[in-house]
Amino acid sequence: MQGELISRLKRSGEYVLMPAAAILISGILFAVFLLFLGKSPVQFYELLWRGGFGTSFSWQNTLIRASPFMLTALCVAIPARLGMVVIGGEGALIMGGFGAAVVAIPLIGWAPPFVVIGTMVIVSAIAGGIWMGIVGAVRHYRGVNETISSLLLFYIAVSILNFFVEGMLRDPSDPNKPSTMPIGKENMIGNIPGTDVHWGLIVGIVLCVVLYFLMNRTTFGFAARITGGNLRAAQAQGLPVGKLILVSCVIAGAAAGLAGFFEVAAIHGKANASLIAGYGFTGILVSFLARHNPLVIIPIAIFLGGIAASGGLIQRRMDLPDATVLVLQGLIFVVLLASETLYGRFRVFQLEDSTS
Amino acid sequence: MSDGGSLATVLLAMFAGAIRVSTPFLFVSLGECLTEKSGRINLGLEGTLVFGAMTGYALSLHTGSPWLGVLAAGVVGSLFGAIHGYLCKLPKVNDIAIGIALMLFGTGTAFFFGKAYIQPQAARLPSIEFGGWSENPAIQQALEINPLFILGFLLAVAMWWAFKNTRWGLIVRTTGDSTPAAVALGINVDLVRLYATTVGGFFAGVGGSFLSLSYPGSWTEGLSSGQGLMAVALVIFARWNPLACFLAAILFGAAGALGPALQSVGISEGYHFFNAAPYILTLGILIVSVSPKRSLRGAPAELSITK
Repeated sequence: MQGELISRLKRSGEYVLMPAAAILISGILFAVFLLFLGKSPVQFYELLWRGGFGTSFSWQNTLIRASPFMLTALCVAIPARLGMVVIGGEGALIMGGFGAAVVAIPLIGWAPPFVVIGTMVIVSAIAGGIWMGIVGAVRHYRGVNETISSLLLFYIAVSILNFFVEGMLRDPSDPNKPSTMPIGKENMIGNIPGTDVHWGLIVGIVLCVVLYFLMNRTTFGFAARITGGNLRAAQAQGLPVGKLILVSCVIAGAAAGLAGFFEVAAIHGKANASLIAGYGFTGILVSFLARHNPLVIIPIAIFLGGIAASGGLIQRRMDLPDATVLVLQGLIFVVLLASETLYGRFRVFQLEDSTS
Repeated sequence: MSDGGSLATVLLAMFAGAIRVSTPFLFVSLGECLTEKSGRINLGLEGTLVFGAMTGYALSLHTGSPWLGVLAAGVVGSLFGAIHGYLCKLPKVNDIAIGIALMLFGTGTAFFFGKAYIQPQAARLPSIEFGGWSENPAIQQALEINPLFILGFLLAVAMWWAFKNTRWGLIVRTTGDSTPAAVALGINVDLVRLYATTVGGFFAGVGGSFLSLSYPGSWTEGLSSGQGLMAVALVIFARWNPLACFLAAILFGAAGALGPALQSVGISEGYHFFNAAPYILTLGILIVSVSPKRSLRGAPAELSITK
């Protein structure tokens, strides 16, 4: 009994301590980088803390950013359980946001807000789901690599958005930036009471928890993990591999599509090129840092939300470019992935059995 | 007459545009082609391209020599390639994920150091004028061909020839097609892939320097609209053949140039669909030509995206 507990602790210890060490090492490397440029790393990390987590204002800023990170990270994490590397979550986000805005326009003015918002939620999830569903379908039926197809679909989504926003669906009264008609103040979702954080945070957290249970506690999740572990074994077991791939991709796309809905209904109030903000790409980093575990995505998304939120403060106080936090993010990502090679190398984490 | 005139204008604009737009595609896809032929994929070339663009522009500004900028862009590109090559050789490290990470890191670093270069004007690459025989300024302008395009074409031919006829070409192809066979022949697989990724990074860096030093010809953060990532699709489209990469780059370039060319004569409908055309085409080709039972003709068998 006690032995089993220790071995479980050791196993999870590796999964917690290794990414933590990777983040620490990237932090040190980044400090060296700053020293090289004649900037103070101490001041940088102090500002990072203050801008991301130091005050209730910065916490709210962090949580606003964490919400799309969670949803787009789920878009990577769920297919990853089946061994797929999907990187086009940004495309599903765009289609979700665009779909939400388009469906709202004819309803504006006569339908009550809850109908408009409800329709937008459903349509954004469906639009995102279909978009990633295409990825799953071509993967299953034609064997097309999901990384490439999701990437191509991202560019296609950008073109579709630009085509309609600059043409047919452009709001003629807005000369500044090509956008759809605004969905109207009354149809925008408010913030969580007492905060400046919109409801996307709650939805993100709930979805992370729900999908954790789906992937770890249900037959569906078990079958999906077998497929990810060994495709041939899954086929030999008679598991419906194709259906698993399709359903996971649709769920993944629906999550990213919802991120698009929140961008439209909580932030911008209309669909335009602001949807292409790189959330989908940060989501990849979040998912990998969380080792594709939906529960772990929640703290990691908040952590990266904090880094993103502190960017402005760091830029102003230290006279550093706004891309500074991008460099830090990239560095964390590279070091983290390189650290994969060290799993199982440290004796401390190994189970004490006859093979070691 | 006016119809014929505007058609000629569109065609000329497309011709010139195709050559301009295709040059970075050409270099980055030749780099990707070499890397993939060795059995590894580098999705980080987008970051390499952007970083190369920034470095090339900075060097040209500081030294006054755009060609030094091109060289420097190649050198930093090969550095990125070498990092990718080294990391991917470690066990349990996923080459697709590392590529995405290096893409983020490369673009982030380029934006970081590039902030200072958004305003100043650097010396640009001169074009070679092939249009001297004509009196028509439109033709003269269309025949101003940038030297990197010609270099890229020669490189494509050289790579095509080398893959077929040289020992090095055979080594790279064997490594990409079967690791066990390569090992049996005494080839150091990791080393071949490291070199292929490094040289591939060099090409991508040079392609990036074209963006900032020739067309559009200045350094901005939005100068690459995903050309580096598209190269991956382009190489699949070209079935890992360097000569086909050249033709595919022209095709992708022409599709990108069609929208602006039509706009110049007042047709602005469908602009964005021309932009989307290469992606839709590539996806279509993948759907039609791949099947779960066999991989693409010409595909290196060790490549993770076709396995």
